[in-house]
Amino acid sequence: MTQPTKTKSLNVLPLKERMKVPRQHMLEQSPVTRATNFTEVNLGYSEELARQEAMRCLECAKAECTRDCPVGVKVKEFVQLIVAGDYLGAAAKIREDNVLPAITGRVCPQEDHCEGGCLMGKKVEPLGIGYLERFVADYEQRNMDLKNVPKAIPTGKKIAIVGSGPSGLTAAGDLVQKGHQVHVFEALHEVGGVLVYGIPEFRLPKKIIRQQVDYMRAMGVEFETDVVVGRTVTINELLEEEGYDAVFIGTGAGLPQFMGIPGEHLNGVYSANEFLTRINLMHAYEFPKYDEPMVDFRGKNVAVIGGGNTALDAIRSSKRLGAGNAFILYRRSEAEMPARLEEVKHAKEEGIEFQVLAAPLEFLDDGKGWLKGARCQKMELGEPDASGRRRPVPIEGSEYEIPLAVAVIAIGTTANPIIQTTTPGLATTKRGYIQADDTTQKTSRKGVFAGGDIVTGGATVILAMGAGRRAAKAIHEYLANPEQW
Amino acid sequence: MFKILHAEFLAPGIKRFVIEAPRIAHKYKPGQFIILRLHEQGERIPLTIEKADPERGTIRLVVQSIGKTTNLLNSLETGDTILNVVGPLGKPSDIEKFGTVVVMGGGVGTAMAYPTTAALKQAGNRVISIVGARNKELVILEKEMREASDVLMITTDDGTYADKGFVTDKLRQLIENGTRIDLVLAVGPIPMMRAVADMTRKEHIRTIVSLNPIMIDGTGMCGGCRVLIDGKSEFACVDGPEFDAHRVDFSILVQRNSTYREAEQRSMKEFQQDPKSQVAAVRAGHSGVCAVEGVGR
Repeated sequence: MTQPTKTKSLNVLPLKERMKVPRQHMLEQSPVTRATNFTEVNLGYSEELARQEAMRCLECAKAECTRDCPVGVKVKEFVQLIVAGDYLGAAAKIREDNVLPAITGRVCPQEDHCEGGCLMGKKVEPLGIGYLERFVADYEQRNMDLKNVPKAIPTGKKIAIVGSGPSGLTAAGDLVQKGHQVHVFEALHEVGGVLVYGIPEFRLPKKIIRQQVDYMRAMGVEFETDVVVGRTVTINELLEEEGYDAVFIGTGAGLPQFMGIPGEHLNGVYSANEFLTRINLMHAYEFPKYDEPMVDFRGKNVAVIGGGNTALDAIRSSKRLGAGNAFILYRRSEAEMPARLEEVKHAKEEGIEFQVLAAPLEFLDDGKGWLKGARCQKMELGEPDASGRRRPVPIEGSEYEIPLAVAVIAIGTTANPIIQTTTPGLATTKRGYIQADDTTQKTSRKGVFAGGDIVTGGATVILAMGAGRRAAKAIHEYLANPEQW
Repeated sequence: MFKILHAEFLAPGIKRFVIEAPRIAHKYKPGQFIILRLHEQGERIPLTIEKADPERGTIRLVVQSIGKTTNLLNSLETGDTILNVVGPLGKPSDIEKFGTVVVMGGGVGTAMAYPTTAALKQAGNRVISIVGARNKELVILEKEMREASDVLMITTDDGTYADKGFVTDKLRQLIENGTRIDLVLAVGPIPMMRAVADMTRKEHIRTIVSLNPIMIDGTGMCGGCRVLIDGKSEFACVDGPEFDAHRVDFSILVQRNSTYREAEQRSMKEFQQDPKSQVAAVRAGHSGVCAVEGVGR
């Protein structure tokens, strides 16, 4: 064995051997146990497993993993540092591009990004990049001292970030590292946006979010909760009265969509946002220790309508609330489901049924204003639609009824208009989202940038983070030379 | 954290709070509300703002003890703090010169109607106010409403003060006497608002009600506060809280507001068993319990 040099790989395993090592699985709670609790499903890698997995990296010259990452994490480099046993170094390497590694390591759809690009995935299972990122981030959390978090030299510029979700936190983290004073406004009582109210504890523990936010506080980011920008203070007031040099809007998508079918007002019919907010933000599953109540799910039939991550979060939460039969009702087939692969796998292991190619036509009343069932219709797949996915076409005469106590509608969101309607000159799209440049995220208003779901409509955490990152870069350039913008 | 600068009972179970909330006070307009949370395990409840003082940076709330959270809140005193207060939320009342406006306040709804009443008067309307309460003790804001109105009528259900009867009796009299009414604003219990709507519908009098559905975030995000308006879903937090009374489906509102009745009763019962320790916990524990590793049933 030769001693590795700077230019040489630290990995002693010959390249052709690396493909032979199987992907190291992460320990997880057994499906039977976890379906009755809200604690995290995945339990993490040991150092040994992490290094074993890291050794599989082929160290491609053309790193497609990094190319496919919306924030451009230097995967090859951080994985090498794991091989070398320098986990804090690996964390620092990730942090150069991603200020929320413990979060993305848990909720990113890696198959669509880094792991989707992994060369190894063409022959065997791709490198477990998400697992490795999670390992490194958790290691950092256990072994770092917040007092040692580096602080940049102040520039004297003040930036307001509206919304503390993935795009806002990312923009805040990048900008504070440049020495700007960053103040984040959050409408709810807890920092984290959709990470807190939307993603359940069993997938992303609140403790992890708080730790990542504490790290940002240590970096110098200020947070102010209970401020609904547009109502409590306007964008104009932030710029003109409160002395902010630039504003980033990352308020998320907002209003839940309903289906417009009869019976949607029955008790027991929820939007996914309300259902998940009750569970995640308000801890309704711990009633009466927490005040917020939830209807009784125990032994009941529960359906979630939709096929995305939100739908799966909702149905898996229902199972944990004690639902007897918990199923997904999705109008296309499983192949078209936008949910993360691991979530589908976990859901199935937990006993979630998938009724695909079916959609409700009506929610049925028990005569006392409570949901008792749904009249559904079967679908078949037709030609691809604008999204590229095959369009669901109703099958005539295929109607059927199912008994239901709870239905959760998880079919997406529409733009929340609060900021758009209170900010003169802020251009919006036909669907009410904020118009922003693809590369700089700048809006029609000078000094105002926007990114994440409020620009794109409902997407993923990592795509919102990518937008936050582009915005931070642009804001930094803008602050140096506002006249040019 | 939001400091209670002053707290006093206006009537049994009805308390007025002056709260330090400069941002909210600065932006407030009549008709808007706040959402508050008292402690780390607390629920979020919406409450209409009675008045704001932008110079002092304070808002005023009038709160009736109904469930656990309102009882807990009404146990707090001057000098205590409220963990979270967010607002002002909702669309402000539509204030213009309509002509003659009849304002109807039922119970604690009077405090919610008051700021809009004052603004309507200021805008040059002739304001006839009808304030109703169950009994003499529960008549609130009489002085304020008198100042904000050209005519003030008061009814009590039991006749212990002013005229015996309901606010709708007075409205019927006004209509029967041929009083010209350009707008009715009714704020109070749902049965009262529904009765007003039924009465004015026949007379084609434009009528506004302020709705109080179950609400969580108050920004349009959760959709829990959806109300049926002309058969279409609208969100009380962003599209309301005021709506055209003749387009509101009150039955759906009553039905949806009953969703958690059992749980609410259970919370209330547990609170009543030991209110003192719960109040003490709120006072002591604003750092709160970081109970995130909860396990389901």
